[in-house]
Amino acid sequence: MKTLRDLFRDYRFCFSFGVLVIILTLAFLSFFSPYDPTLWNAVPRDMKPSVEHWLGTDSNGQDIFWVATFAVRNSLIISLIAALISRVIAILVGMVAGYKGGSTDRVLMFISDSLLVIPLFLIMVMLAMMVREYMNLVVLGVMLAVFGWAWDARTIRSIILSLREREFTQTAVLSGTGTVKLVWNEYMPFATPFVFSTLINNMSWAIGLEITLAFLGLVDLNIPTLGTMLNWAITYQAILLGRWWWVLTPVILALLLFIALYWLSVSISEYLDPRTRIQRVGA
Amino acid sequence: MNFVKQYLIPRLIQYVLVIWLGITVVFLIPRITPNDPVMSMIGMMRARGSTLEPGAMDGIIRDLTEMYGLEGSWLDQYWAFWGRLFRGDFGVSFFQFPTSVNQLIATALPWTLGLLLTTLLISWISGNIIGGLAGYYSRKGWSRTLDVFAMVIRPLPYYIFAFTLLLLFAWVVRWFPITGGASMGAIPTFTWAYIKDVLWHAALPALSLTILGWAVNFQIMKLIVQNVNAESFVQYAKMGGVTEDRIVGKYVIRNAMLPQITGLALSLGQIFSGALITEIVFGYPGLGMLLYNSIVRADYNMIMGITLLSIVGISTAILIVDLTYPLFDPRVRYT
Repeated sequence: MKTLRDLFRDYRFCFSFGVLVIILTLAFLSFFSPYDPTLWNAVPRDMKPSVEHWLGTDSNGQDIFWVATFAVRNSLIISLIAALISRVIAILVGMVAGYKGGSTDRVLMFISDSLLVIPLFLIMVMLAMMVREYMNLVVLGVMLAVFGWAWDARTIRSIILSLREREFTQTAVLSGTGTVKLVWNEYMPFATPFVFSTLINNMSWAIGLEITLAFLGLVDLNIPTLGTMLNWAITYQAILLGRWWWVLTPVILALLLFIALYWLSVSISEYLDPRTRIQRVGA
Repeated sequence: MNFVKQYLIPRLIQYVLVIWLGITVVFLIPRITPNDPVMSMIGMMRARGSTLEPGAMDGIIRDLTEMYGLEGSWLDQYWAFWGRLFRGDFGVSFFQFPTSVNQLIATALPWTLGLLLTTLLISWISGNIIGGLAGYYSRKGWSRTLDVFAMVIRPLPYYIFAFTLLLLFAWVVRWFPITGGASMGAIPTFTWAYIKDVLWHAALPALSLTILGWAVNFQIMKLIVQNVNAESFVQYAKMGGVTEDRIVGKYVIRNAMLPQITGLALSLGQIFSGALITEIVFGYPGLGMLLYNSIVRADYNMIMGITLLSIVGISTAILIVDLTYPLFDPRVRYT
């Protein structure tokens, strides 16, 4: 309880909390949608926002509010798949590289350094073009996960490197603790807060890339996500025709989501770092 | 000699290895994915309504297989792939046949380089200086205001930020053109009118890239300076009566600059990708737009050409940035 109270002293945490509650409610509402998101012409086309259709309707004949609920849900699903799988890779690579050292370390760090340096966006465009016909939420999530672990693996490695030199490591090794158990039981707790904060950042990264790839038409446009919603709006020249409600819905949702996720991760990691916590709480 | 041995040679080896890995990945992608580029190409031709006789079809399949370098075993293909790369031969573009990929890239590249280098330089320098000052005077009001501004901008992906600026400044208030690198039909000349036109078109994409880059540099620099501030040499200088301006400019920012050079090198790939995306949003006629058109038309050769060139280009740029590091850090130079 005290933790939560301290966190709520930060205006950034309050904002993020509020936005995320709204976004999650939207995602949850999608289960009660009166319309099927794959069905076109369910409602009259191009209507302005009204009592009946809160955010208006689009040129595909769909209710924008209810499409948005599906879009938010699917974007979150993609980002969760990407972030969770890439966390697993990052933890494995970081821990193995940090604990084993030597040539294993060098090879693993070479791969992760290369991933940081190569313009990944282009590689992902090529890959997405090749698997276009098989593209769905899971494929996209896994694809993003394969490329999204490099930086965090590096940081986890450095955490492990510093832990390895501590006394308790030697005590554990001498008293016969196995490597896997040592790393998992003794090192993991130190890395967990960091992993959690990067999980949020990685989700944000994945949502951003999904929107970008959707804008290029490289994902399945029939599955509503924040990116595909925007893609349809642009395809139908919604800006030119002045259908602001159609364009602004995904843009504003995306803006709020990105800021909320980032602020959440910043305020949590500042809270976890005792130096900045003292500065802020003043106690 | 120690510098060469401990710094230069390992760095060069890494450079070659990164390029090798990147290019090998590009080689593998079309071969390990379930899609057959030759068949999807033929599918596209059919979809366009061109009917082909069976004999002609076999010929086209053979030609396409050869063009994509898909003949023989993987090992043969791999060697041929490198051979083509060293000759700088990326084939021809399918949809602007028979213009070569090289030629199209050469037309687009100056636009991208101009935009990217200008914005990179402005955002890096201004982000570091303002971030450094904001870190040193972190309790002042303006420092906090800038901090909140950076906090809002920082998490936005290039695409969403560029699109938001486009909506705001080209649609809501119509200060800037919506698309293009210069007005329709303008002839490239060295006149003030043309240069003004180009700058006016570049303003919004440049602004978008600069602000995003600035926010990142500002935040990181502010954090580093806040940490350097706590170090004893700063306290000592203060007690010794060195003026504040001198402490910030000569000692604090200079020290904090070093990790920022490494940071610049590490983020170049991302910044480049961001520039491509921004170009697409604003219809700016550089590599990004070329990429977009090739994606829409499934011009596979073109995309591969852009990707390969970018891998080599970015790695080289990073190498150059890394090699300038000793110029800024005397410790590397003399050991």
